[in-house]
Amino acid sequence: MAGSKQGWSDQQIDDIIGNLLRTGVVLSAFVVLLGGTLYLIHHGLDLPSYRVFHGEPTDLCSIRGIMREALAFHAEGGIQLGLLMLVATPILRVAFTVVAFALQRDKTYVIVTLTVLGILIFSLAGAGR
Amino acid sequence: MTILDLSSLVLLGSFAAGVLGALTGLGGGVVIVPLLTLVFGVDIRYAIGASLVSVIATSSGAAAAYVKEGFSNIRIGMFLEMATTLGALFGAAIAGMLPTGAIAVLFGAVLLYSAYLSSRPHDNRADDSAPDPLATRLELDGAYPTANGLRAYHVHAVPTGFSLMMAAGTLSGLLGIGSGAVKVLAMDRAMHIPFKVSTTTSNFMIGVTAAASAGVYLSRGYIDPGLAMPVMLGVLCGSLLGSRILVTARGRLLRVIFAAVIFVLGIEMIYNGFTGRL
Repeated sequence: MAGSKQGWSDQQIDDIIGNLLRTGVVLSAFVVLLGGTLYLIHHGLDLPSYRVFHGEPTDLCSIRGIMREALAFHAEGGIQLGLLMLVATPILRVAFTVVAFALQRDKTYVIVTLTVLGILIFSLAGAGR
Repeated sequence: MTILDLSSLVLLGSFAAGVLGALTGLGGGVVIVPLLTLVFGVDIRYAIGASLVSVIATSSGAAAAYVKEGFSNIRIGMFLEMATTLGALFGAAIAGMLPTGAIAVLFGAVLLYSAYLSSRPHDNRADDSAPDPLATRLELDGAYPTANGLRAYHVHAVPTGFSLMMAAGTLSGLLGIGSGAVKVLAMDRAMHIPFKVSTTTSNFMIGVTAAASAGVYLSRGYIDPGLAMPVMLGVLCGSLLGSRILVTARGRLLRVIFAAVIFVLGIEMIYNGFTGRL
């Protein structure tokens, strides 16, 4: 087994990532289900309007707006929060892999994973406003 | 039809798509957009937003099981994710500029290609070739468990695979799908990665790729909570069930049927794209 200086073995990394992904998916599905139930109670008998695209209200398009809506226990905000958690799961996975490669002292792959993480954060930064 | 009716029907349809997608290995995401647009008359932008979310859910859910089996190669995955995430950002960026009809036609073409690819058996050749210097320097070579112990493999054509992955990422960002078909082309055919390794690693990468375009879609208002909710929950539950059945059921006939369905949906998407109905 790899000593503590070299960090985790690839198999150990895989195991931790597996648990991380499972937890993220289960948690986010739970939040989406909660928000979804609330949404159907409030809006279940309304008529849907997905035929024409009009975009989402700005509060459901940004991380800050979603947090605000979710904390006010608005159903749509709750669902969006769950979806955000879902999006965050693979990002967390990449962030964790950066650390794992750093502990393995694998410089090439620290750079590779940091690049991927940078691209992901850049994408979400657009929604962060 | 009220929101409750629509949500229930979408939930059922997404569940079926998830089961079939996992059983056949084609992924459920690829039929979500045609289902929502052609059957339920949803605008293609909302459909793509909801599909993208479901793709992240299935990928993460399935990858959680796959990584523990030791088939997926974390270095190949990470290295190629540089290409897929960049492509996904680009794809999501141009999605806003293209007319929806063009997106529908492109979507149809990808469906036809997926159907064609799934009708062909994958060749499980033994890999006795010499290692590729670039792949060696990037530590991409690996080994995977077989009945006779670990079997080593070498990775080839790294630049070709990388470029194809960028194209796969672009399609994923543009259409809100996992684009497993193009990923298989890159990893299986070009890079000579063993089938079991390429499918599990590609599944692993799909979530990260989709996450790269999700931010763009979210800020553009493509992700509607009321629609994404039944799609995500349905596909996730369906694919979890489907991946459990996989162990026992023989999926040959199912694969042919699903490929035929995808083929018909592809024709329909192209037709509706050209006639301006999508």
